[in-house]
Amino acid sequence: MSTKRTVGMFESFDRSGRATRSSHYCAGCGHGILHKLITEALVELGLQDRTVVVSPIGCAVFGYYYWDVGNIGAAHGRAPAVATAVSRTIPQAVVVAYQGDGDLAAIGFNCAVQAANRGERMVTFMVNNCTYGMTGGQMSPTSLLGQRTLTSPQGREAATEGHPLRVAELFNQLQAPVYIARCSVADTKRIFQTKQIVRKALELQRDGKGYAYVEVLSPCPTAMGLDALASARFTAEQMEQVFPLGVIRDHSTQAVPLPPPAPACSVPDFFARYRDRDFPAPVEDATYTERRMIVAGSGGQGILVLGLCLIEAGALAQRFVTWYPTYGPEQRGGFASCALVIGGRTIGSPHVEHPDILVCLTRPMLERFLPLVKPGGVVFCDTMILGPDAPSRPDVRIVAVPATELAAANGSSRAANTVMLTALLHTRVTGLPEEAILHARDATLRKKPSLIALNRHVFDAGLAWCRQNLP
Amino acid sequence: MVRLMKGNEAVVAGALYAGCDAFFGYPITPASEIAHAAAEWLPAVGRVFIQAECETASINMVYGAGAAGKLAMTATSGPGMSLMQEGLSYMAGTGIPGVVVNIQRAGPALGNVYTEQADYNQAVKGGGHGSYHAMVLAPASVQELCDGTMRAFALAFQYRTPVIVLSDAAQGQMTESMRLPVVEHDRPAGVAAWAVQGTAASRGNLHTSIFLDVDVLEGINRDLQRKYAAMQVEAAAEEYRIDDAEVVFLAYGTSSRIARTAVDQLRATGVRAGLFRPLTLFPFPREALCRLADRKLVVVEMSCGQFREDVIGQFAAGIRKVPEVQLVHRMGGVLVSVDAVAEAARKLV
Ligand code: SF4
Repeated sequence: MSTKRTVGMFESFDRSGRATRSSHYCAGCGHGILHKLITEALVELGLQDRTVVVSPIGCAVFGYYYWDVGNIGAAHGRAPAVATAVSRTIPQAVVVAYQGDGDLAAIGFNCAVQAANRGERMVTFMVNNCTYGMTGGQMSPTSLLGQRTLTSPQGREAATEGHPLRVAELFNQLQAPVYIARCSVADTKRIFQTKQIVRKALELQRDGKGYAYVEVLSPCPTAMGLDALASARFTAEQMEQVFPLGVIRDHSTQAVPLPPPAPACSVPDFFARYRDRDFPAPVEDATYTERRMIVAGSGGQGILVLGLCLIEAGALAQRFVTWYPTYGPEQRGGFASCALVIGGRTIGSPHVEHPDILVCLTRPMLERFLPLVKPGGVVFCDTMILGPDAPSRPDVRIVAVPATELAAANGSSRAANTVMLTALLHTRVTGLPEEAILHARDATLRKKPSLIALNRHVFDAGLAWCRQNLP
Repeated sequence: MVRLMKGNEAVVAGALYAGCDAFFGYPITPASEIAHAAAEWLPAVGRVFIQAECETASINMVYGAGAAGKLAMTATSGPGMSLMQEGLSYMAGTGIPGVVVNIQRAGPALGNVYTEQADYNQAVKGGGHGSYHAMVLAPASVQELCDGTMRAFALAFQYRTPVIVLSDAAQGQMTESMRLPVVEHDRPAGVAAWAVQGTAASRGNLHTSIFLDVDVLEGINRDLQRKYAAMQVEAAAEEYRIDDAEVVFLAYGTSSRIARTAVDQLRATGVRAGLFRPLTLFPFPREALCRLADRKLVVVEMSCGQFREDVIGQFAAGIRKVPEVQLVHRMGGVLVSVDAVAEAARKLV
């Protein structure tokens, strides 16, 4: 970079640690030229105070020595993710992601293509010099076939190293980008065209119109092992055969800025929307013996809902409650179970190793959990899973309820859980008041209010059966 | 307002009351419900939600929003946490605040989606490259997931550091009753001095972490270590029935709840047991721990002994004397049983 001051850049590059007016770039490097074009356009468009540049890992990691705008250095390849966050959280900002070909097209390609595909309001400048400059000249995704680098000493081979990655053309497959162009800083004529393109891309940012991608072919004499002139010639001649220049897409006239967001409510107001889910605070009560329970069966039997209904009743009765479901692959395998604890003080372990109460709707679950029940505990099972070969234990009370049969006879074979709830209520094992259980019975269907009437019907039938058949 | 809430949802409730501006996340069991709630709740109150393309992007989005002075967070589990380590190092090294919730699952590698506490070292010792730490909070209930997430934001901005809320699958998946916070936190103070916000006032602000001058970088490392020493005032622990306890369990998070039940069972049979439970894992409540050097100590954890190793290190650093510390642990997604914990104590008395 020359020592002539560019408006929008610092007069002296003190951030480098030395009061200097010469840049850290090698002689003949294209970065400095592009830096100037970007800052000139920012100043001309009056954007200096709105701009945040996200700089990459690569030779431009020190871009902040020069640009007199807000600057955030990103991890290797992550400038688009960083820029996305700035753009979304500060809508008025003009956001620039400045990247090289290794940074964007190799390690950070997914981040780059995803930001482009989301149509983030930002411009990406990708400096394409066919190499990793900062680390000394290794092969990059855009290295030309036959190009010798430190990691392609025999020259890049299509068969083993693939073809040069043409990012602009790939991005042109996406719907969202508003502007896609490739330009060059190899000579004065090309620099002039690049100036127009850079300005256009930044105008789009000024107007909040969406995502722009500008690829800039740039000489890197150092890594190319050429002098400045030869390197510029390589950029103009050889690179352009693979990376043709031009505006590939310009949707700027169709693009519209995002509408302002809909008015939002405050956080307390948001949670106040669900007033029907308010509970009284739990209170310490040494007279209430903690109940540790397991409800088990298979998917579709309302196992988890029955558990939730019980803790909801517990919460209404100002008990401390915990509900812990099976989840993940086990649930997809057809098993459903949940552990719940209802207590008169802060609950320790949420895990129920030895339930006082077990509710079981399938045989495999009975086989699994019956041995764990505390001596003196109570087990509620569906009558249909019992039989002469059913597991049993002399030291626990087994209450058989024809839950599925009663539910089916009363209009919903899926409401066996509700019949089980009546048995829990009738036998008073939970120590929870009837009103709380009745309220929770309806409340757990708050998302399916049309089922409440049917569920009450099953509940009444279940309770009638319990009164007749259970002590 | 008391609500029944799933732990994963409580995280988002806490975040909203903290004033969280943006959530960036990627699906992973058992943490996904955090992203589900964030996707619904944040836009409803005018905040930003983005489903990122991977956890690497999530953490770098948190970095970007944090660099802009915004309150940003992400949530994930084991494998996602591993992918975020580079980003956490950048946040710590650059002084960018942000919150990461780890709903720990069982590892290593793909492991399974059940509860483990084996990301302890990763969270507490730094986890990424370089000499740094994140602040680490250790909730044990749905309430603490809400309150802890809320507090994490305040700490992140006070110290300009990443804060990890080290939770686990059991807490994330369980539902408990929870008091919603009463008011929203005020926005953190002093942000304008360093945030890059695309304004005239912030034009001179810069975030970078490259320092080629070795003396400068050593100075920055020393500053970081001084910051960690200053954080020590935030160290906190909860003690349960500890005064006359002969045996004291040392446990954090979900393990501490199992140990708490064991304490009650032991006390009911005449064994004087107690529980010491760190609420912060970095900084570690070293002083309070060292006061227990003369008790019979049992660590309860769901990993290979990572927490116990740290406990031993804390004694060594605090009083240059390491008492005997027993270990009761399970791995692979199995919860420690109350019986096993109580049994370990009985053997000692
Ligand atoms: S190595 Fe290449 S890209 Fe880097 S400064 Fe030198 S010429 Fe420019």
